[in-house]
Amino acid sequence: MTAENPPVAVSTTATASKGGGGFSWAALFFLAPAALLLLVFLLFPTVYTIALSFNRGRAGEFTEWTGLDNWIRLFTEDPNFLRLGFPPSGALWNNVLWLVFYVSLVVLAGLIIAVMATRVRYEAWIKAIVFLPQAIAATSLAVIWSFVYAPDRNTGLMNAVLGIADIGPVALLGNPSTVNWALIAVGIWGSVGFATVILSAAIKGISSEVLEAARVDGANETQIFWRIIVPMVSLPIAVVAVTLVVNVIKLFDLIFVMTQGGPGTSSRVIAFSMYQDAFRQGQYGYGAAIAVVMVVLLLPVMIFNVRRFRAEAVQQ
Amino acid sequence: MTALQDTTVQAPPRTASERLARFVGKSPVHIILGIIALLWLVPTIGLLITSFRPGADMRATGWWNVIVEPRFTLANYERVLTNEGMGQAFLNSLFITVPSTILPLLVASMAAFALAWVKFPFRDTVFLTIVAMLIVPVQVGFIPLVVAMRESGMPLLTTYAGAWLAHTAFALPFGIFLLRNFFITLPKDLIEAARIDGASNWAIFRTIVVPLSVPAIAAYGIFQFLWVWNDLLMALIYVQRTTLQPMTYQVTTLLGTYATEWSLLSAAAFLVMVVPLVVFISLQRYFVQGLLAGSVK
Repeated sequence: MTAENPPVAVSTTATASKGGGGFSWAALFFLAPAALLLLVFLLFPTVYTIALSFNRGRAGEFTEWTGLDNWIRLFTEDPNFLRLGFPPSGALWNNVLWLVFYVSLVVLAGLIIAVMATRVRYEAWIKAIVFLPQAIAATSLAVIWSFVYAPDRNTGLMNAVLGIADIGPVALLGNPSTVNWALIAVGIWGSVGFATVILSAAIKGISSEVLEAARVDGANETQIFWRIIVPMVSLPIAVVAVTLVVNVIKLFDLIFVMTQGGPGTSSRVIAFSMYQDAFRQGQYGYGAAIAVVMVVLLLPVMIFNVRRFRAEAVQQ
Repeated sequence: MTALQDTTVQAPPRTASERLARFVGKSPVHIILGIIALLWLVPTIGLLITSFRPGADMRATGWWNVIVEPRFTLANYERVLTNEGMGQAFLNSLFITVPSTILPLLVASMAAFALAWVKFPFRDTVFLTIVAMLIVPVQVGFIPLVVAMRESGMPLLTTYAGAWLAHTAFALPFGIFLLRNFFITLPKDLIEAARIDGASNWAIFRTIVVPLSVPAIAAYGIFQFLWVWNDLLMALIYVQRTTLQPMTYQVTTLLGTYATEWSLLSAAAFLVMVVPLVVFISLQRYFVQGLLAGSVK
């Protein structure tokens, strides 16, 4: 949740980036440290991990080729990873829940707060307050919210409030049917500020004449929101959404600290399963397959990023 | 809070009654924003208060009772810092984070300079490859890098070296991307003029590009600092000595040991937050600028 990298988008003012020119020692000198690190720490491991996913991989080394065994087990025989049924469950399914609810609600809440904040004098304060979780470690977010959810009216704020209405106490994190929703709510709380700040900047780019014209024509605020503001900031919305999708696929710390994937295995997500299966169970080939699943899920984002860059490069 | 500041669109109301009318007309907005502010502040404030409450009070009543029984103590902080290892873990977090911030700053700005201002074949292809690498998850590195580090004969996993290198490498695609996009916006004439005057690439990099790019470099530095400081996962993998573990790891350990000792847990969680909050509040301007530079358009 913390310090999301800003979404990938591209400056339009490129002036100097055409390739060409002959071989350059200077270029080699400036690029060599980065190239070396990227080759050793990103490219080589990616190839190794893909290969290891077809291997038993004892101790992380190539010990015995097993063909598609890891892959077949992952998608058909491991209910902790994916169990299709009604309702479906497993780590991959939980990521789907996160993807649908976390991404859409963060974007929606971010938009609404950004629009509402433009209409008050304390706009800067509201934005700063919702943005603050960006600086906080997921580990600390986990402690903050485990405390709020504590199933004791004399400890947990949520149950104290519910107690006023004579509900509960409920243990959201201890119940397989509520734990994912409780975690998603924490995720939303952590990321809304990010969406608010980005979208607020975009909304300010909408010319006030457009909004005035709509008001003169008798549009109400709901119509202005859905028919003018949302379409006019659709690109920033897409960029924010893509960043949030990446967050979901890489999600780990919050789950690890708050629930350890529990109760049982009900709140696991793929990054947690990768750690659990590889490093705690010692099934490195299997863990490698899960890491590859993460890469595959991120490929559409990669294509989105590269396409956007190329489109910009052509416009120059 | 200046970076988030913005001018209000409306003309100021002229009279008191006009002001009142406008305020009442907007009251749903004020109420909703008020609820939002409470929702975002209260959980954190509750934890902060708990970290200063005596343990006996914490076990007896909810933190909101400080209004009727305002007793505060520093004992929780004292205990987690000394007996519970958060003091050492604080230093460990610093030892991990500082090199893991400085190294990628240096390496990424050099590469970004070449990609922006040195001509060489396939430059756009190289940059596209780096854009593609933005999504590589740290998980693909875990198994091969741990094996390689273990077998290298060098103490990479029992010191901080492995974590520094892994953090640096995985920070590069984003850093190169961000800085290259900033560097190409620098005035071309300035750099061409320096070239004509016979300045070397290194001189142009050091005396023109870097000084003019302080906002972008600072933004990247802040991101990377916060990212590493707040990280738990990379430490779990690449720091294999319990005594070297950062604060995030130590908080997780405490949570396992003292599941409901919220006095200690809250103090520990707050210690993790202190440095990022100071960095964030004092350098917020750069942070938000960086965020916007990376996104909008």
